[in-house]
Amino acid sequence: MVNFAQGDLMMLGAFVAVTLIGDFGLPWALGLLISVLALAVFGYLLDAFVLRRVLGEPQFAIVMLTIGLGFIFRAVAGLVWGYDPQSFPTPYTGKSLRVGEIVVSYENFAILLGTLVLCVVLFLFFRHTRLGIAMQATSQNQLAAYYVGIPVKRVFSLVWAISAGVAAVAGILLAPVSLVQPGMGFIGIKAFAAAVIGGFGSIPGALLGGWIIGVAEQFAGVYLPAGFQEMSAYGILILALILRPQGLFAQIQRKKV
Amino acid sequence: MRFLFKTHYNQDIDHLKHGGDRFWYGLLLVLAAAAPAALGTFYLGELNLVMIYAIAGVGLMLLVGYTGQVSLGHAAFLAIGAYTHSLLLGVGLPFLLSIVAAVLVSALVGAGVGWIALRMTGIYLAIATLAFAMLTEQTISRAEWLTGGFRGLAVPQASLFGMPLTQGWQHYYVTLTLLVVTLLAALNILRSSTGRAMVAIRDSEISAESVGINLAVYKTLAFALSAGITGLAGALFAHRLGYLSPDAFTFLISLQLLLMVVVGGVGSMRGVIYGALFIGFLPQLLAIARDTLPPQIAQAPGLEPGIFGLILVLVILFEPQGIFGRWLKIKSYFQLFPLYRRATHRRQKTYLRTERLR
Repeated sequence: MVNFAQGDLMMLGAFVAVTLIGDFGLPWALGLLISVLALAVFGYLLDAFVLRRVLGEPQFAIVMLTIGLGFIFRAVAGLVWGYDPQSFPTPYTGKSLRVGEIVVSYENFAILLGTLVLCVVLFLFFRHTRLGIAMQATSQNQLAAYYVGIPVKRVFSLVWAISAGVAAVAGILLAPVSLVQPGMGFIGIKAFAAAVIGGFGSIPGALLGGWIIGVAEQFAGVYLPAGFQEMSAYGILILALILRPQGLFAQIQRKKV
Repeated sequence: MRFLFKTHYNQDIDHLKHGGDRFWYGLLLVLAAAAPAALGTFYLGELNLVMIYAIAGVGLMLLVGYTGQVSLGHAAFLAIGAYTHSLLLGVGLPFLLSIVAAVLVSALVGAGVGWIALRMTGIYLAIATLAFAMLTEQTISRAEWLTGGFRGLAVPQASLFGMPLTQGWQHYYVTLTLLVVTLLAALNILRSSTGRAMVAIRDSEISAESVGINLAVYKTLAFALSAGITGLAGALFAHRLGYLSPDAFTFLISLQLLLMVVVGGVGSMRGVIYGALFIGFLPQLLAIARDTLPPQIAQAPGLEPGIFGLILVLVILFEPQGIFGRWLKIKSYFQLFPLYRRATHRRQKTYLRTERLR
C-alpha cells in the first residue's frame, strides 16, 4: 500500500493538536496523546470503510484513491479550520539548549529526539512483535499471508492506524517550526522522496534519505542561486531514481520467472 | 444482439464495425461541425476547451490506459507544449510549423522522461513523473529570461493560411480538426503492432518481454507519443489562456487530466471524450450546485479541489471502469435482456505481492 495522503494526515494531526491544546486548553502531553490516538482511530476507520474496498484492485487505483483522499482532507481542513496559518503553542517554545558551542532550540531538539524515539520504537515493533511481523508478511504477499492465517484485513486497518498515528506525531513535531495550515501536507511529497531514496520498506533508509534531502536543500540554499533550494529535493529524487531505483537499502529485486 | 458476417480479414481491425457505427459517428461529426452555428460564444469556448482536454486525454490514455504507465506529471508536457508554441510564434514562425515544433519538443522531453522511467514501475514511476512536473514548474518560474517567470508570457496572435485567428469559431475548427486527426492517429497506432506491443506491456511486462517485445523501446516510444500529443493540447491551450504563467500548469492540472482518464474509463478512447466532457462542464455544474449550498460552505476557497478528490474517490470505489464501463454494462443489460448477469463484468482481483527479500 502506498499512501499519497500521508502529508495530509500529518496536517490533520497538527490541526487536532492545535484545537485540543490551543483552544480547549488541555495540558500539552495529554493533548498530544489524544490527538495521536484520534488520528490512529481515524486511520483505522478510513481503512475499514474506504480503502479496504480497493484491496485486490491494481495499484494505480490505490494511488489515485489516496491522492483523492488527500484533496478531500485538505478541503475539509480548510472548511473547518480556515486557511490562515496558526501557530502552535508548546511548553518549550522559544527556549534553547546549549551544548558547548552549539545552540539548538528546543523545537528542533524535540524533532530530533521524537524522530529517534519513533524510529527505534517502530524498528523494534516490526522486528520483534507478532503483529509487526504479520504486517511485514502481509506487505510481502497478501495471499500467502492470508493462507497462513493472518487476518489480512484487520492487519491492514492496524497498519493504517499506526501510520496515521505516526503522521500525527510528525505533524505535532513539525507544527512549532512551520505554522499549521491546510497546505502543510505538501511536505509529504518530500517525505516520499526520502522514502524512495532510502528504499521503500526500510526505516534506516528513510532516515538516511530524509537526511540527504534536508542537507542538500540547506546547502543548495546557501551555495547555489535562488530557486535551486526548492528544486533540489526533486532533482535528487530523479537522480536517485536513475542511479539506484531500488533505493540505498534495497529490499526489492527484479522478479525472476 | 447484432451478428456481424465478416467477408474480409480487414473487417477485424475496422474502426467502424458496422453501419450503425458509421451512422452515429457521422452524425456526431456533422453535429460537431455545425456547433458554431447553433451555440453562443460562451458555450463554443467551453466546447473548445473540452476538445483541448480531450486531445491531452488521448495522450495520457495512450500512456495510462494502454501502456499501463501512470503519470502524475502530464501538466509539465502541457506546459512545455504551450511555452514552446508561444515562444516560437513570438519569433515569427508560422502557426502550423510552430505547433509541429511544440509537439516535437514535448515528444523529445517525453522520450527523455520515458528513458529515465524505464527502470521504474507503478508507484515509483508516479513519484518520478510528479518530481519531473515539479522540476518543470520551478524551471519555468525561474527561467525569467525565456519564459517571463511569474510575470507571464503573452501568447502572440496566430494566423492560419493568411487569416488571423481571432474569432472563437476559428479556434473551434482548428481544435476540432486536430482532435479528429489525433484520435484517428491514436486509434491507428493502437491497431498497429506498436499499439499491440503497448497493450501487451500493460497486461504483463514479463510475458511481453518473453514474446520478444523490446520493453525499453516501446515504453520510451509510448512516453514520447503521449508527451507529444499532450504538447499539442498545450499549444492549443496557450491560445485559450492568452497569457502563460507557471501557476497555470500545477499539480492540480495533472490531477485533472488523470481524473479525466479515470472518470471516462481507463482503456478506451471513447472514455477520453466522456471524461473531457465531464471535466470541462464540471465547473459549471459546481457553480449551479453552489447556489443550493449554504453560503459559508459554498464560498469557501479550495472547495473545488476537494470536490475533485471526492469524485475521484467515488469513481474508484464504485465504478473503477468509469463512464465507459458503466455504458458497456447498460448496453449489455439491454442486449442480453433478461439474461444479464452481474458477474459478466466482475474483474479478477490481483493481490499485491512484492519481491522483498527481508
